[in-house]
Amino acid sequence: MADTHGGSDGDFDLTQFYQVFFEEAAENLDQMEQMLLNLDLTQANDEELNGIFRCAHSIKGGSATFGFTDVAELTHKMESLLDRLRRHEITPIPEMVDVLLESADASRSLLARHQAGDTGDAMPTADLVQRIVELAAGSSPAAPVAAQPAVAAPPPVASSAAVAVVADAPAAVAGSGERVLQLKIGPVDNLASVDAVKELFRDIPGLGSIEDQPCAEPQYRLFLVKTHSSNEDLLDLMVFHVSKEQVQILEYDAPSAVDRTASGSYDPDAGLAEVAIDHVQPYGIFDGAPGAPGIAAAVAHEGEDAKPVAVKTAARPNMAQMESTSIRVDVKKVDQLINLAGELVIIQAMLAQNSQALDPTANQQLLAGLADLDRNTRDLQEAVMSIRMIPMSTVFSRFPRMLRDLANKLGKKINLVTQGEATELDKGLVEKITDPLTHLVRNSLDHGIELPEDRIKAGKSDQGTLTLSASHQGGSIVIEVRDDGRGMNREKLLNKARERGIDVSDNMPDNEVWMLIFAPGFSTAEQVTDVSGRGVGMDVVRKNIAALNGSVEIDSVEGVGMRVSIRLPLTLAIMDGMSVGVGNEVYILPLSSVVESFQVNPADVSTVTQGSQLVKVRDEYMPVIELERVFGVPRTEGDKRSDIMVVIESDGSRVALLVDELLGQHQVVVKNLESNYRKVQNVSGATILGDGTVALILDTSSLVRKSR
Amino acid sequence: MTVLSKNTENTPSGTREYLTFRLGEEEYGIDILKVQEIRGYEQPTRIANAPEFIRGVVNLRGTIVPIVDMRLKFNCSKVEYNSFTVVIILNLRNRVVGIVVDSVSDVMELASDAIRPAPDIESAIDSSCILGLGSVGERMLILLDIEKLMSNVDMGLVASTE
Repeated sequence: MADTHGGSDGDFDLTQFYQVFFEEAAENLDQMEQMLLNLDLTQANDEELNGIFRCAHSIKGGSATFGFTDVAELTHKMESLLDRLRRHEITPIPEMVDVLLESADASRSLLARHQAGDTGDAMPTADLVQRIVELAAGSSPAAPVAAQPAVAAPPPVASSAAVAVVADAPAAVAGSGERVLQLKIGPVDNLASVDAVKELFRDIPGLGSIEDQPCAEPQYRLFLVKTHSSNEDLLDLMVFHVSKEQVQILEYDAPSAVDRTASGSYDPDAGLAEVAIDHVQPYGIFDGAPGAPGIAAAVAHEGEDAKPVAVKTAARPNMAQMESTSIRVDVKKVDQLINLAGELVIIQAMLAQNSQALDPTANQQLLAGLADLDRNTRDLQEAVMSIRMIPMSTVFSRFPRMLRDLANKLGKKINLVTQGEATELDKGLVEKITDPLTHLVRNSLDHGIELPEDRIKAGKSDQGTLTLSASHQGGSIVIEVRDDGRGMNREKLLNKARERGIDVSDNMPDNEVWMLIFAPGFSTAEQVTDVSGRGVGMDVVRKNIAALNGSVEIDSVEGVGMRVSIRLPLTLAIMDGMSVGVGNEVYILPLSSVVESFQVNPADVSTVTQGSQLVKVRDEYMPVIELERVFGVPRTEGDKRSDIMVVIESDGSRVALLVDELLGQHQVVVKNLESNYRKVQNVSGATILGDGTVALILDTSSLVRKSR
Repeated sequence: MTVLSKNTENTPSGTREYLTFRLGEEEYGIDILKVQEIRGYEQPTRIANAPEFIRGVVNLRGTIVPIVDMRLKFNCSKVEYNSFTVVIILNLRNRVVGIVVDSVSDVMELASDAIRPAPDIESAIDSSCILGLGSVGERMLILLDIEKLMSNVDMGLVASTE
């Protein structure tokens, strides 16, 4: 609730969802690689090709959403190739697998670069793209080898982070981050070949400058380099021209702790010390210092250098830790865990019940153990249940981008505000609520929010505000889609309903009029756009939500805006129940729908037409449902009569259930009755009681409907 | 498994194992591979408005399992629940169902040539659910296609409109 974040168009904070995407993408890449490797080219089956296609497709979708265009472009090309393959328009050849694998590697390295915060040189993919296009066109690429260097040298994340300093600030003059180094290259046979290194500095903008320096030793060359890059990066860059062993990098500048991060660690002590005497000294760094202290100083540097390096590597495990804080587990495993925990709770309840008769003094230890077991099993169940809970932000995260694109398309200005993203919801519900919510959001934007000029005419700011919020209310979660658009017009809705032959009257209460939009095929949009207006969808929205045991409410004021609130149970697997007894049978009522209970005075019950009864509760009359009659509970002579009323509420109306007794309140594990049996009227599921027997859970909304 | 769903005429040769049980005076056999376990009878939770032969549901280690009393379904004259009453838990195509029988006799191997097609007789069960009659010495077994029988709409285990 507390965490509210708003974003104006073009400024949505997507970064918080990056991690999920990177995890998924990595998983998809791994899967794709595996499938590519297992692919039998001679008889590639459609399933495998489709699988690979799907992987590429999901990566493409994700990276496009998050704006990683380079990855999206590459995967898009891969997708095109795979698409032609799975349509059997071209036959698979080994080159294709090669290029796809290379592309997967390239995507991985591009993603790694994005993950490291878009730092460092992006890996060139033009060549790969070219090859894929050629293959997709059906021709074999002329020189697949040509692409090798590009693939062979993906900038590793670690080094690219350092190159970043250069890439991000190419214009920076020799300032705090710049280092002056001496580069000693040799022994080489052809000194001219080293000129290629100089060209590197000329070709790569922002790398720095390089100057020739006189060198006393034959077969060696000396350069003075000013750069922001780390030694490792320089070595990586030069690797095509000279081997790493031939290069020595030496500090030239007066060392300062800040500048020397990650420097000098590459060279062995001896080399540094030796060069310090032979070459550095003549250039005045250690002017006046005798030879021996020179070595000492150089070695001391090495010691100092070790520190920043240590800091750098220490930062790495930290990152690794961040990556491993979440693991992806098959939902089936989690569900199995939940089932087992549920079983444990039942057994524990059974033990607790059976131990009640025991003498507390004689069995003190046993009873203390059982009390501990009680606490532990409940904690365990709660912990296990929480595994399935995921924050609403996973749903809300889809909207910023979608809204932005949609707003651009419709020429509207929109500001999205999300509230309560940390509110947690069962994973199963999150998946099922996404589509209805998407529909409502689209609807709000298309029909609700007006065009900027209309808004100004109506005296509002030209920017519409759409608010998505989630909050816990009692045992349920309430998700709201609010907009400050034009709201709904009562007359228009009623007219439209009449046109469609829906039975309406002019004095219907507002909330019933609003509910008309959930009727199948109902749309008041003047014109059908490709966004919405076809009238399909709102009825599906309501159906989907009802299937989750949820309800929808609409509130609207014309010209001011509209609010759709969806109320859902927190989880489908566990609920708070109230057990009631009728005859010898036990039924469970969802506690969330129980309003109150009371012992009924026969004088308050009045019979109206056809034997249906009404009970007066304070100043309200409500229909009475005799559970005994609804469920045909067998009665034996001498049984006590039902005289307890439980008032339940659903969809805004209330009824009183007549039961024999109230047995208690407890959490129940909801079991599906339909998995082995079939749907039973007025029953939403079953649960297992403390004594191991089954009790049916009443479907309050159907009971309430029945009374109408 | 697939063999069972076919008619007796084209059952390939080879022996199958059948679990035999008694309902009143009759002895029945069902494919042993469909049987998950055998339990004693315990009072199920009644389900409102269900046919009489569906006794209700029980908790089988966390799974809600409907219990069908075959004796009521097959119109046996005497139906009583005592300590010998047995529930056979069947595992049929992702569904777990319990059937109440008077007693379980044994497991028998029957070669396909020991199975005779059932004569067309008027009975409480759909004759297409009877695989045939097996003869073991003096005894006669009525072999049931239990999968077909249980998925019949009139068993009330599945909704009539799906």
